[in-house]
Amino acid sequence: MAGHKSRRLMDKRMPLREAVSRFTRDGDYCAFGGFGHIRFSMAAIYELIRQRRRHLAIAGKTAVHDVDVLIASGVVDRVDCAYSFGHELRGLSPAGRRAAEGGRVRVVAELSNAAFQWRFRAAAMGLPWIPARTMLGTDTLRHSAARVVEDPMTGKPMALLPACYPDFAFIHVHRCDRNGNAQIDGTVIEDRELALAAKRLIITTEKVIDEEKIRRAPDRTVIPFFVVDAVCEVPYGSHPGNMPLLYYSDEEHMAEWLSLSRTDEGVEEYLRKYVYPVEEFSEYIELVGGAEKMEKLRRIEALEEPMTAPWAKGGG
Amino acid sequence: MEYNATELMACAAARVLEDGKSVFVGTGLPIIASMLAQKLHAPNLLIMFEAGGVGPQIPTIPISVGDSRTFYRGVMAASMDYVMCCAQLGHLDYGFLGAAQIDPYGNLNTTVIGPYDRPKVRLPGSGGADDLGSLCWRNIVLMRQDTRKFVERLDFLTTPGYLTGPGARERAGLPSGTGPYRVITQLGVMGFDDATKRMKLLSVHPGVTVEDVKANTGFELIMPPNITTTEPPSGEELRLLREVIDPARIVIG
Repeated sequence: MAGHKSRRLMDKRMPLREAVSRFTRDGDYCAFGGFGHIRFSMAAIYELIRQRRRHLAIAGKTAVHDVDVLIASGVVDRVDCAYSFGHELRGLSPAGRRAAEGGRVRVVAELSNAAFQWRFRAAAMGLPWIPARTMLGTDTLRHSAARVVEDPMTGKPMALLPACYPDFAFIHVHRCDRNGNAQIDGTVIEDRELALAAKRLIITTEKVIDEEKIRRAPDRTVIPFFVVDAVCEVPYGSHPGNMPLLYYSDEEHMAEWLSLSRTDEGVEEYLRKYVYPVEEFSEYIELVGGAEKMEKLRRIEALEEPMTAPWAKGGG
Repeated sequence: MEYNATELMACAAARVLEDGKSVFVGTGLPIIASMLAQKLHAPNLLIMFEAGGVGPQIPTIPISVGDSRTFYRGVMAASMDYVMCCAQLGHLDYGFLGAAQIDPYGNLNTTVIGPYDRPKVRLPGSGGADDLGSLCWRNIVLMRQDTRKFVERLDFLTTPGYLTGPGARERAGLPSGTGPYRVITQLGVMGFDDATKRMKLLSVHPGVTVEDVKANTGFELIMPPNITTTEPPSGEELRLLREVIDPARIVIG
């Protein structure tokens, strides 16, 4: 699967608009690094919307704000669902739910989070499937692409999870060099496996660093250059999500989305305000509150200031 | 001291967790209960989160089971693969989950309400729930109790409990000796009968009668002779919940 990738060390920096235009296509199966609203590449997701990509299928591998906005904006119409249509503590996603219940988005399969990441792991190992002891006996398994076989060693039933090779993936990282050697602080979630599984990989990064810094600490590299197709420097690229150790999620912005996305008109209003007119991500950061807001989110992340939750039933 | 049903559920759930054991925590109220246990009787509770947080000392309520609070002062910031492998290896004593529907065998639904192809409510799906329910030794479920949630037949079986009864998990290929352990609601605490693997009532909360529990259960609940009354939340438990763990009252309301 990886025969097409270049093994040459080279500068892959490019504007995000160019990366998304070159490495994504209508109808692709996509997967996003991070955790749906944690260290995810919201900047690249907004770019998909601006470029009016259509008929994408998405790996709902704990997809939260990413899948919600992409469904609402008409980019995604099929979901492979481990976790979608929800915003964790914030409740269910009004837009995603409305689309799923109304048939505008089709759930092609159900599976569990472990099953999804092991599907990426099988792909990352260059194998057609990987065995697991999860999902057995459930409707989740019956609605998944897994098969149950008798383990030839023990004679016990075993789930076989087929490898998943997304057409493209976006992964947002703390820092990487111009070649794509990337470091992540905090939990890696599924990104070691996803980076290897994806046919095309766009890295967005808070900061581009010198190759020498990578070489001085090679144990810190989570994603090596030869699996990366594009490097795009996008400070605050995970907003309104959490970027561990840098900034916490912007719950005021999330509340605005959760409120506006109750109607199709509200979704349109959101996109006209924050997505369509924006040329550079830095303009978007100004729209959501600029340096002052980002300093506040830094303080919340550092536990110097309490989080607010305007969407909460207790009033936040 | 006055308290609400969610606070009582969090306290009852926290008391089940023992010091020196491990727990795999799902989103929402289970996080609150685990934090409470860690701040009271179980300072060495080993908490794991599916996104890779291992052994955190959670400072304040995380919005997500993957956000930075889930590895704060942890012993490891790992990956989902690492934590799920730990679960499949048998390192997780407890799984801690919520659900929209439960049946007499502790099977859970978090996928759809109504027919699958035309759902009345589309819920998020399994997330890590199916994995916790499959792989942890003992599962604890925290949810509201009424006849629409406690049902004889689920609309969708997302996460395995005891499936159809004794031996069914093992026949399906799930690790032997695992399964649901406690179900904690706003009305009481339930366990499972060893012989039939069906749900039984263990205790009712203060002010709740056995009849109230029956009236809010859509299947026959086993009623053993020695049903007790849950201890109400202590002042210290309530102070921690309100002032330290969830001061914005996101979960406790």
